Amino acid sequence: MNIRHINEQVIYDAVYEAIKHITYHPDPAVEPLLRDALDNECDELRQDVLCSLINNIELSPDSSTPLCQDTGTLVVFAKIGNRCVIDGKPLETIINYALRMASSDLYLRASIVRDPLFNRTNTSDNSPSIVHTRIVEGSKIILKIAQKGGGAENMSNLRMMLPTCNRQDIIDFILETVVEAGAKACPPLVLGIGIGGNYEQCALLAKEALLSPIGTRSSNSDYAQLEQDILMQVNNTGVGAQGMGGNLTALDVHILHAPCHIASLPVAVNIQCHAHRHIELEI
Amino acid sequence: MIIHRIQLPLNDSDYYKLSIGDKVLLSGTVYTARDAAHKKLIALVEEGSLLPIDLSNNAIFYCGPSPTPSGKVCGAIGPTTSSRMDIYTIPLLELGLKVMIGKGERSIEVYRAIQEDKAVYLSCLGGVSALLSQSIVSCETFLWPELGAEAIHRLIVKDLPAYVAIV
Repeated sequence: MNIRHINEQVIYDAVYEAIKHITYHPDPAVEPLLRDALDNECDELRQDVLCSLINNIELSPDSSTPLCQDTGTLVVFAKIGNRCVIDGKPLETIINYALRMASSDLYLRASIVRDPLFNRTNTSDNSPSIVHTRIVEGSKIILKIAQKGGGAENMSNLRMMLPTCNRQDIIDFILETVVEAGAKACPPLVLGIGIGGNYEQCALLAKEALLSPIGTRSSNSDYAQLEQDILMQVNNTGVGAQGMGGNLTALDVHILHAPCHIASLPVAVNIQCHAHRHIELEI
Repeated sequence: MIIHRIQLPLNDSDYYKLSIGDKVLLSGTVYTARDAAHKKLIALVEEGSLLPIDLSNNAIFYCGPSPTPSGKVCGAIGPTTSSRMDIYTIPLLELGLKVMIGKGERSIEVYRAIQEDKAVYLSCLGGVSALLSQSIVSCETFLWPELGAEAIHRLIVKDLPAYVAIV
């Protein structure tokens, strides 16, 4: 078996550049969707809101000011090929080193505390990141990276539903979550939905679902249709961009699903704001 | 949509012009405070100490700015979720707090208290830091620097955009 050696510097450079890019650029589909909504919006206040969101996307890279002051928790889904070896430190250490340097160089806000309850002192450098690693067939490293803000994360939800629930029950749970989130999660939102697995896998599915590019659909036709139905019903809730009403509450909905126990039907809704900052790297 | 240019501190004549859904462009001084600063302020109120910041007629922005890059007047600026501050808001209104700027809905109790105390809650757009940062004239750490982004910062703003949510 041929083993591919990857130097730690290659990974460091790629992660550093990725953080820099997403600090100033949301998912490329966000701006065109906001412009479409603006073209169809008659209300002056909502037009003003949509214009502001669009202006911010244009201003951010030009002014080197982050899209949002909350550059969040750095979340990474790593797929590591079983035929590659990293020459140097472990992957998580390299990612955290790149995160610390990028936070300092780009003047990112320090948003992470050392301990959740007893010692909420700030780590001052945005580390540690949260890294989920899977070993897969191959000789590449694929990293999906996101900056996940706290406001939208706080409004996320997981429910262990009855195994006899149907698709509309699941949609109702998602609508309830979105309406409760209101303007607090900074709509228009992107929704990552996990269905199945168990308690912790369901939450991970929801998070990873968020990292699918806007506009892509599930490869399973039933779930692809469910994504579209949820998107339509979420956009009929009337929450609207920044909670100001109208029909743009969500930009997209992505579902990942997994086998589950006969007793269970876990459903997780991970909410992302309109400043949807994520990227995929192949090394 | 009616747009008001408002000079802070908010005077009575401007207060009575405001209606829900109006846009305001704020100029003057605002103090930032998030969860940790609110917790410290309320601890001082509860022990009967004098607050190190005069809230009477002043404005609080629920915001934790990012560090100021060299050559700029401020870093990225934007609102955090206001409802997390709901449990601390009524005692601060009793001390004369007049203007709150943040994002999202407030509790019904806070909604009523804001109206009764003739204060105003302004909704500011979340996730538009590059846009809002253009309205900042200066940003300095005012109190509790050990809290980092959660310290109280004193901002001078010029035409900071927001929308009247509770009045």
